[in-house]
Amino acid sequence: MNVINQITFSPEELSRYSRHIALPQFGVAAQQKLKAANVLVVGCGGLGSPLLLYLAAAGVGSIGLVDFDRVDESNLQRQVLFDIHDIGEEKAVAAQHKIKALNPHINTRVYAERLTAANAMNIIKEYDVVADGTDNFTTRYLVNDACVLLNKPYVYAAIHQFEGQVSLFNCVNNDGETGPNYRDLFPLPPAPEAVPNCGEAGVLGVLPGIIGSMQALEVIKVITGIGETLSGRLFIFDTLYFQTNIFKIKRNADNPLNGTHPTITQLIDCEPFCNAAAKSIKEITPQQLKDWQQHEAIQLIDVREPYEYEIVNMGAQLIPLNTITNNIATIDRTKKVVLHCKSGSRSLQAIQLLEKEFGFTNLYNLQGGILQYIDEMAPHLTKY
Amino acid sequence: MELKLFGVAKDIIGSNKLSITAEDFATVGELKQWLSQQYPKLQQLRSVAVAVNSEYAEDNQSLQNAYEIALIPPVSGG
Repeated sequence: MNVINQITFSPEELSRYSRHIALPQFGVAAQQKLKAANVLVVGCGGLGSPLLLYLAAAGVGSIGLVDFDRVDESNLQRQVLFDIHDIGEEKAVAAQHKIKALNPHINTRVYAERLTAANAMNIIKEYDVVADGTDNFTTRYLVNDACVLLNKPYVYAAIHQFEGQVSLFNCVNNDGETGPNYRDLFPLPPAPEAVPNCGEAGVLGVLPGIIGSMQALEVIKVITGIGETLSGRLFIFDTLYFQTNIFKIKRNADNPLNGTHPTITQLIDCEPFCNAAAKSIKEITPQQLKDWQQHEAIQLIDVREPYEYEIVNMGAQLIPLNTITNNIATIDRTKKVVLHCKSGSRSLQAIQLLEKEFGFTNLYNLQGGILQYIDEMAPHLTKY
Repeated sequence: MELKLFGVAKDIIGSNKLSITAEDFATVGELKQWLSQQYPKLQQLRSVAVAVNSEYAEDNQSLQNAYEIALIPPVSGG
């Protein structure tokens, strides 16, 4: 605490933060805590955009930015940190430029890489608070597990179509009790095809703006100690019906991380585990597809929606996933049949259904969908 | 009684709520079992949280005094 008390501000900083300092519950003391804080933001996308903007604007002293991805035109509908000049740039680097321009008084550190079981502990241990805005379960479980193993508070938010969730996990309260974490709610990650990501399911652009701002709010409250956080509560906002819900959550004795009999004592990449159900499905690369097409007659089926087909297609027969059971007769049972979608998860679902319910054995999933095909074989085509 | 649905459970069941008779189920676990029989896709989620009267409920919890039940699947988008 003494160290935080000694943190000073330049006249420019005092002027910049004057509206914070004027708040009776906040004052110079809370602003000093913000300046002393190290916050790691994992994922610089939809949630990461407002999160980074508000944390930087608020004067969080050090911010780490993790993202391996590059800015794509289809991100701009919701990732308001970026503009057309950033397309093709590394997200973490472009985001760093934006927040440094917003507030030059803060320090930033970029990790333009994927968070993995190999690097997560080393990166996360440098920070006081972690906020996760990633778009996949593998990273979410990784961040949760690393935060529990390292005793770091984890500010959680996630979105689906019109709906967002926010909570604060693994936070120690004033009585020294540790609050619940992600695995208390959901002990095991779902099968990969069970929950579509934003790319597959769509997302209303303003939603991550709202939910990511709430996440920034909780980061600021954890650091400064003002008010009451969402520790022990899960907030869900259904924006389509404008309904807010708060559910009380609690520690679960069966939590594999920090329940009564922990079974997870170090980080594991849940990827192979998550994909166990998908392992039996045959998969081919875009290159293999091209080779096959040159040497034999194969049937290529696109299970996306008609509007997606209109944006870009690879000449496949269009059978949207939800119509597939009505079109069984058009699927060949003798030659090789390759199914594709945007990034590979809907076609996987289609194959699982066709194999299980209709006994097909000649189906192949195109790895990474049309997006990977464009990247590797047809860069002139439109990505979306 | 209304079962409130969230996340991908809405897509699987095809609505944001489902009418159920809480008396038909003694516990949260029985309700979950019935739901996964009616909607097999829910099984792929592996972990689905149920909240009774706005509180997270474990499988052995009774539904006797339930006035509100919510089905909360994991959500990953960012």
